[in-house]
Amino acid sequence: MTSATATRSPAPVHPGAGRRAPLRDLLRSVPLLPAVVLLVVFLLGPILYAIWGSLTNRALTGYRAAKPEFVGFDNYISLFTDPNFWTALVLTVVFVLFSAIIGQNVLGLGVAALMRIGSKSVNSVVGALVVVAWVMPEIVAAFALYAYFSKDGTLNALLEGVGIPAVSWLIEYPMFAVILANVWRGTAFSMLVYGAALNEVPPEVMEAAQIDGANATQRFFLITIPMIRRSISTNLMLTTLQTLGTFGLIWVMTKGGPGVSSSTLPVRAYQEAFQYSQIGYGTAIAAVTLVLGAIFAIFYIRILKPEVD
Amino acid sequence: MTATEALVRPDVRRGPRISVASPAKRRSTWLANVVLIVIGIVFLVPIAWIAFSAVSPAATVSISVPESLTLDNFVAVFDWSMTLLPLWNSALISFGTALITVVVGVLAAYPLSRHNSRFQRGFMYSVLFGSCLPITAMMVPVYALFVQLKMLDSQVSVILFMAATSLPMAIWMLKNFMDSVPVSLEEAAWVDGASAMRALWTIVLPLMRPGISVVFIFVFTQAWGNFFVPFVLLFSSEKMPAAVAIFTFFGNHGAVAYGQLAAFATLYSVPILVLYLLVQRLSGSSFALAGGVKG
Repeated sequence: MTSATATRSPAPVHPGAGRRAPLRDLLRSVPLLPAVVLLVVFLLGPILYAIWGSLTNRALTGYRAAKPEFVGFDNYISLFTDPNFWTALVLTVVFVLFSAIIGQNVLGLGVAALMRIGSKSVNSVVGALVVVAWVMPEIVAAFALYAYFSKDGTLNALLEGVGIPAVSWLIEYPMFAVILANVWRGTAFSMLVYGAALNEVPPEVMEAAQIDGANATQRFFLITIPMIRRSISTNLMLTTLQTLGTFGLIWVMTKGGPGVSSSTLPVRAYQEAFQYSQIGYGTAIAAVTLVLGAIFAIFYIRILKPEVD
Repeated sequence: MTATEALVRPDVRRGPRISVASPAKRRSTWLANVVLIVIGIVFLVPIAWIAFSAVSPAATVSISVPESLTLDNFVAVFDWSMTLLPLWNSALISFGTALITVVVGVLAAYPLSRHNSRFQRGFMYSVLFGSCLPITAMMVPVYALFVQLKMLDSQVSVILFMAATSLPMAIWMLKNFMDSVPVSLEEAAWVDGASAMRALWTIVLPLMRPGISVVFIFVFTQAWGNFFVPFVLLFSSEKMPAAVAIFTFFGNHGAVAYGQLAAFATLYSVPILVLYLLVQRLSGSSFALAGGVKG
């Protein structure tokens, strides 16, 4: 490894530099220092604090806010025996599965694939619309979709236009509404990733398959999909992790309600901590979400490993 | 090719290759267009609702083409404490976040790009791991930690926290951009006696200016749109960015003035849509750097 480094080494290599390698590495890493400080204080700090805080009975205000007690795994025990937590966990899985893994990825790949055969003008207009939904601020998107799904909103107006009676989507089917909302909001990301991936597929391979008699469906599923599988796995991870933390969209549209029927884990953590003043309990929910995210993150890093080394 | 690269180099515009124009091909193009247009309309409707409501004298939650155009909604929301101060706060917070992220990120990316030690590989893995974490899930412990550090209700804390959360992605992108600046150019500078930092400043940075702009705008946009972080960490209304201001003005009221909401939302969204167009322009040229070695 030392020799490999030396050939790329920009600094003049002194004789015996190999022996002082650890010191040299350290000196060269000095510019990393501000980044390390920021990351340790504001990223690692809250993570460690989440683990510690979830073991206390800290409250938002009052006596327990100033002098929280160490309560061991009490928060986790009440968490795991709380049916609302399990509801939140299931809702989070449903939300991630249907809006990110299925919705955004399938629609994103579909749109990207259609754009390869669609006309240029249609592609650019449709692409721009999908991207605007993604680029606009979360809170604006959330209000627009709240209006779309509300009782007197556009969706019901359209349905009544074809004779289907109006439905209170946000009250009767809140998960359905927030899942579709998140597909609307996030598809652009997958579309851009898959658009770039499809561009990398060499046309020769497609032509060869075509000559061998493969039809369009066969070419797509037997050649295109396997050739972009790395992009697919990367994108699945990224969309999953982004969706796991979705808060603003759900908060504006349903506030996690009615009741807890659309409270995913981040919404639940917020409610416990700031509405019921149970910081320790809310922190425990956050810790569980973090662990969930960390498991996905480790998968993702394993996929990207060759790019780091 | 990483996802990040794909994002800053969107290529949705590329049309089909030169077609042989067989009837079957034309039919499939036609079919693809129809499906794409339907998808486009579905995406358009909520966006059009905002645009129509903003200029409509009687906007409701349902989309309708306004019978007459008016700027009354914009006039009504064009108020210092209601929109202008929150927009200014958004600009301040986003600019601070983007600036700190880029400066700290460039410094960190330089050794990561130019040397390859075991320590740095570990750092790179941590960075990658950090960029994956669902930050919003962390807001409760962040709040509790900020209580302890007495950093609540401060824009500086919000900036520092958002800079830290954008750093992993920024370092990752900046390192990739820096990797594409050929090391041979710096070697020439070292031979002439320049220090590493001087080489970074005079050789590397000018060559990766488009890449830096892309990262800056990327972070700025994310901070501009961030709702949850200021929502939890700030209390005073005069410190609130537009994301939270919109929510508190309209989200908590039963009777919502939808026209004004749409007007505020438009004022708030337009800057980042413009920045996104800018980033698309810039990222097109940022991969032409490799030409620097020739000649």
